[in-house]
Amino acid sequence: MELRLAIALSPHERIDRLGLLLSAAGLAALVWLPFVVFKSNRIMPGEPRELQQVLPAWGALGLQTVLLLTAVVALFITDARRRLSAALAGVIVLALALAAAANALTPAGDKVVRVAPGAAFWVLLIALGLLATDAITRMRPGPVVRVLLLATCIGIAWAALAAGMFDHLSVMREYAVNSGRFPLELWRHVWLAGGSLLAAVVLGLPLGILCHRVPRLRPPVLGTLNLIQTIPAIALFGILMAPLGALAARVPAASALGIRGIGAAPAVVALFLYSLLPIVANTVVGLRRVSQAAVDAAMGMGMTPRQVLSRVELPLALPVILTGIRVVLVQNIGMVTIAALIGGGGLGTFVFQGIGQTAIDLVLLGAVPIVVLAFSAAVLLDALIEVLDRTPSVAPQLDP
Amino acid sequence: MIQIEGLTKQYGSTTVVDRVSFAIERNSIAVIVGTSGSGKSTLLRMINRLVEPTAGRVLLDGADTRSEPAHLLRRRIGYAIQGNGLFPHRTVAENIATVPRLLGWPEARIQSRVSELMEIFQLDAALYANAFPHQLSGGQQQRVGVARALAAEPAVLLMDEPFGALDPIIRAKAQEDLLAIQRRFGTTVVLVTHDMEEAFRLGQRVAVMSQGRLLQYDRPAVLLTHPADPFVARMTGLSDRAMKLLALTTAGQAALPGSSDGPHVPSSASLREVLSELLWSGATSALVVGDDGAPRGQLTVAAILTHGRP
Repeated sequence: MELRLAIALSPHERIDRLGLLLSAAGLAALVWLPFVVFKSNRIMPGEPRELQQVLPAWGALGLQTVLLLTAVVALFITDARRRLSAALAGVIVLALALAAAANALTPAGDKVVRVAPGAAFWVLLIALGLLATDAITRMRPGPVVRVLLLATCIGIAWAALAAGMFDHLSVMREYAVNSGRFPLELWRHVWLAGGSLLAAVVLGLPLGILCHRVPRLRPPVLGTLNLIQTIPAIALFGILMAPLGALAARVPAASALGIRGIGAAPAVVALFLYSLLPIVANTVVGLRRVSQAAVDAAMGMGMTPRQVLSRVELPLALPVILTGIRVVLVQNIGMVTIAALIGGGGLGTFVFQGIGQTAIDLVLLGAVPIVVLAFSAAVLLDALIEVLDRTPSVAPQLDP
Repeated sequence: MIQIEGLTKQYGSTTVVDRVSFAIERNSIAVIVGTSGSGKSTLLRMINRLVEPTAGRVLLDGADTRSEPAHLLRRRIGYAIQGNGLFPHRTVAENIATVPRLLGWPEARIQSRVSELMEIFQLDAALYANAFPHQLSGGQQQRVGVARALAAEPAVLLMDEPFGALDPIIRAKAQEDLLAIQRRFGTTVVLVTHDMEEAFRLGQRVAVMSQGRLLQYDRPAVLLTHPADPFVARMTGLSDRAMKLLALTTAGQAALPGSSDGPHVPSSASLREVLSELLWSGATSALVVGDDGAPRGQLTVAAILTHGRP
């Protein structure tokens, strides 16, 4: 018995496949790809720099050793906690190396040279990120733990940024230039995504309930919303410009509210229209999933139709409805980016300015926070759904 | 007393329930039995107006059920269904407290009623009060369903195939429990089933329905001995009707004066069980004893057999 246990636990028995893939990718990146890209000023083409060129010998060796140990853990250790610790250690050392490289390549007091993360950095970051995500999935943490984990990661990254650790990095150079506008555009981004979601919930929820109650309405309503979904965002902005512009011109009150043919109004309206389908469709599906026996019993015990809806149907449909809201929120955070094209503002402003100026660092200043926002929204809502969906959806058993 | 008068339900040109009239005595159990599509569930659902009748009326202790809003009427009538219809997002205690909460009972009264019912239905409150329905076995869920239906002390309890989803052993236990509960609270029970055995076991009177019409409404023994219709005879089963008839009488009811040195049988046993016991043991008579073990009389094979004839 003890012998069999020892064999089963032997780390050499099986090589982890994901670990093998990630280690191979990381190794290839370290050998063949540049660690950072150096530019003598913002618009000059970048020159690749190897790890050994930018870090002192002990530093490069230290990073390589830690990454090698991480790879060993990824290959041979099955314990999820150790795998997560190894991945996090790898990320921290990688971040420290990047900061050190940026500091080393920037002459004292210089504001012109640009040091951006190279391909090797990105590949390693993605590999370590996947390793960490995989480990967290294997640990199956509860919803609260997942949210705390996310908050801790964001907190640490925030503290490092606030402490100026990465100030010599090109993205932070762009941030320094735009530091006044950044919080405003970030807030505007959240507001555009959240506001259109809120409007869609306020209208979509009753519409979904109505579609559930009156089956005849379902095909036309869902068909129309599906059709809207197929219109490309840019085209929808264009379609909305004329009516909103006319509205602003005719109705002073509308214009006073900030409604224009371009700007935030068409962006919010378009996002709202896109948001309706997932919310209405999920409300209908969620309500249909509710056990018919429970609804019948609720009616039979003397609940009014309103009480049946608020006490039985909606609570039981809520996880499915929230799944729709999660889809919409993540989708909106991404789509608000395009609103910048018609003057809607938001983090997309940096993305499109960056594209216009071929300044990839400025694109990153917009894109990275968008990814973080969308990811955080997904984690938060998934946790909320899991907390609320404690009850299994048992197939209703009625008269055979 | 429930009086059903000329009750009819039509969906378009289809008549689901066709001019059904009968009365259910207070404190009794009436079973409506029929094949699927016979209209038995629709008939039951017209009593608490989950289905509004096309014609006819239902009187509850003399008052027309349409004289008050439907949801208020339903709070006075217990309702239990197959698959129990428990609310999966509410705990057992919350499920049971549903109707008292709707009626606005004070919290203390609700709590004491929930504890009382959990005890009656053999559900350990410490273990199950805060459990969710999916954590319970099928039999426990069914008991919670009936406890919930009885929570507000209704005078009438409607049950739609309440034991349909249970396996035979748990079902027999649930039927016994229902009889005990009915005796204890004196509730008037109307129960729908497709199982004639269940109907005979539970019903003081049985209504046989087919294609929306009420074919016969009488005591089980009368259904067996004088079926009003070939369909009723088929439903009750021709092949072993004598045995079914024996099953309807208890040893206590049939016991004759005298003593016997044959096997002891409880007075609650049916004549069918006593006959079986006599066949098995080879004795010609049995001693009927009460719950206290005191002799109540004796039964011979010949005496039992007279009960198996119309």
